[in-house]
Amino acid sequence: MRVGLWITCLVDLMRPAIGFSALKLLEDSGCTVVVPHLQTCCGQPGYNSGDLQSGKDLALKFLHECEDFDAVVVPSGSCGGMMRKHYPTLFQDNLELQSRFTALAGRVWELSEFLLQRPLPPLSTRFKGRLTYHDSCSGLRELGIRHGPRQLLQQIPGVELVEMADRDICCGFGGAFSVKLGDISTRMAENKCRSIRATGAHAVVGGDLGCLLTIEGRLRREGDDQTQVWHWAEILAGMASH
Amino acid sequence: MHSKADHFKENSRRQLGDATLQQNMRRFGGRFAQARAVAMEELPDLEALRDQAAAIRDRSLYQLDEWLLRFEAQAKNAGITVHWAATGAEVNRIVLEIAQAADVRKVVKSKSMVSEETGLNEALIGAGLHVVETDLGEYILQLAEEPPSHLIAPALHKNVEEVADLFAAHHHTPRQTDIPSLCREARVQLRPHFLDADMGITGGNFLIAETGSVVLVTNEGNGRMVTTLPRVHVAITGIEKVLPTLDDLTTLLKLLPRSATGQSITNYVSLLTGPRHDDEREGPSQSHIILVDGGRSEVLGTALQPALRCIRCGACMNHCPVYQNIGGQAYGWVYPGPIGAILTPAYLGLDQARDLPQAATLCGACEVVCPVRIPLPALMRELRQQSVQQGLRPWRERLGVRLWHWLALHPRSYRWFSRVLIWGLSKMANAQGMVTRLPGLDGWTQGRDMPAPQGASFHSLYRKTSRKTS
Ligand code: SF4
Repeated sequence: MRVGLWITCLVDLMRPAIGFSALKLLEDSGCTVVVPHLQTCCGQPGYNSGDLQSGKDLALKFLHECEDFDAVVVPSGSCGGMMRKHYPTLFQDNLELQSRFTALAGRVWELSEFLLQRPLPPLSTRFKGRLTYHDSCSGLRELGIRHGPRQLLQQIPGVELVEMADRDICCGFGGAFSVKLGDISTRMAENKCRSIRATGAHAVVGGDLGCLLTIEGRLRREGDDQTQVWHWAEILAGMASH
Repeated sequence: MHSKADHFKENSRRQLGDATLQQNMRRFGGRFAQARAVAMEELPDLEALRDQAAAIRDRSLYQLDEWLLRFEAQAKNAGITVHWAATGAEVNRIVLEIAQAADVRKVVKSKSMVSEETGLNEALIGAGLHVVETDLGEYILQLAEEPPSHLIAPALHKNVEEVADLFAAHHHTPRQTDIPSLCREARVQLRPHFLDADMGITGGNFLIAETGSVVLVTNEGNGRMVTTLPRVHVAITGIEKVLPTLDDLTTLLKLLPRSATGQSITNYVSLLTGPRHDDEREGPSQSHIILVDGGRSEVLGTALQPALRCIRCGACMNHCPVYQNIGGQAYGWVYPGPIGAILTPAYLGLDQARDLPQAATLCGACEVVCPVRIPLPALMRELRQQSVQQGLRPWRERLGVRLWHWLALHPRSYRWFSRVLIWGLSKMANAQGMVTRLPGLDGWTQGRDMPAPQGASFHSLYRKTSRKTS
């Protein structure tokens, strides 16, 4: 199976380890993984800021780069939501494009969804301890990702998964929202960090780097340099240790 | 009501810094949300019911003119005087004319959000009438001279201590701080007003086209008194509130109270169909209904039309993490929360509420609970697009979006830009790997660090591993 791996713009820029974790997990489960080398950004930042044209242009770019794959996998529910839920709505005046995007949407997978479709490869994890999982909004509500990452994490011996209060309430990231309305965004992050700390977990994990940067940034600002922050794929691929 | 919606940033900053309000909001917390979740379990097929409810509202809206004309004819048959008002000012003028013709001196009101839109109280008081709000929450706000902060619990932002202070100061009675005593006190104060008021004003949750009835869904007995004791009853509602049939009403009534407070049904559901008949002993001798446009017809037929399905249950704000932190008054006009972020710019103009469509992380918590399936995040995105088209966003933001768009379409430049950005951020990081100040992005760094990049971009590292790329 020829799988295209979409590295999100944030992962590319800020935390390539997530991309390499995804790559490793996919290859270990027997896929031929291709990383389209011209990929940049899925277009969601512009689309959510009201720049419809940039959403459309980048959707077309995605179509060119990824239409030939049997599956496109992305380690982010938010980009996955853009590709699966929003791309097919962008070209309602062009039936041909619309049907191509709809067809491609059927082959777009968020990483945990994809991994759970196949026999799980042997895991080489190094993490032991207590984890709490933050449900990122787009993954949860646009793609219905809730149990998958939890199920994967529970496969790891030595990992104890504890649930935080308000686990499915937004962390305050919201893309440009975090800068435009920084006061509100910060307060939301503060609430999230309070819930995380109340669990006594050694690390908080999530499936979207935007949320993870928000949470880590707030934890550190509050002086908490103990609670680790990981993408669940990093834990699974053995890139994280505790 | 005078709008402060264009000062959302300042408003929300003030609300975030108000310790009492923050405490009150935290106490309220997810209470309505939890109650809703429990109540919905009683419904065998919630999702199908939401589909039906949305379809009923759509049917009303797609043939709005027809249903309104049918409503008007039926209401007239029942002896109701029907008035049409294009603007808030017209509503106020019509109410004053009715009041003058019927020699009205005192007015009692039950909750009406549309009258908040029009600033009716100020207009009536300005004309020398005595106006008393009788919904407990609205009564508290009238004493406090504040606007409502929630669709169904307008004084939700106030705690018992604050209410106790208000009552003691205005009623000149000993201060009491337990809720039942405060309710009793309000009742004692309000009762004489019910008895000697000449006019009762209410809103209307729905209008029924086939019967000409106005439907009131309430929990306090005040609605019944306001509509039966005074000589004149005036209901004021938006034109979008019409439903074709009573059957439609039963579907929506399964969802409205459950979505709002988690009740299977409210304490009172009243269907008012005209004034007292000759053989009846109770009820007003005159009943009027004012059908208000107030910007609604401009929304019909546009991408924002689904917002007119709203049945004002408040579930979207009860589940909104932004609303939960800043409270309703930050939104600056009548309607708070996600639906307010859409209706305010839709009714007043986008240039009057520039930041409201931005006031969301698009987390989607509102959309999954809205009983009539309003796609609230998509409508906010639509308003964001309109903001860009109308040139209402700050130039720095527009420049940023354009630059990103261009870079993302030019991978070579994009890679180069990434390298510079990573280099810059890494330079700025402290020993703990955190960037504590980002010029131009202080919205982020005022209360958060930014974790520094790991050192090189994924794509540059990947190329070095000399794998095959497509
Ligand atoms: S938008 Fe939906 S959830 Fe919000 S008040 Fe209206 S009907 Fe209720």
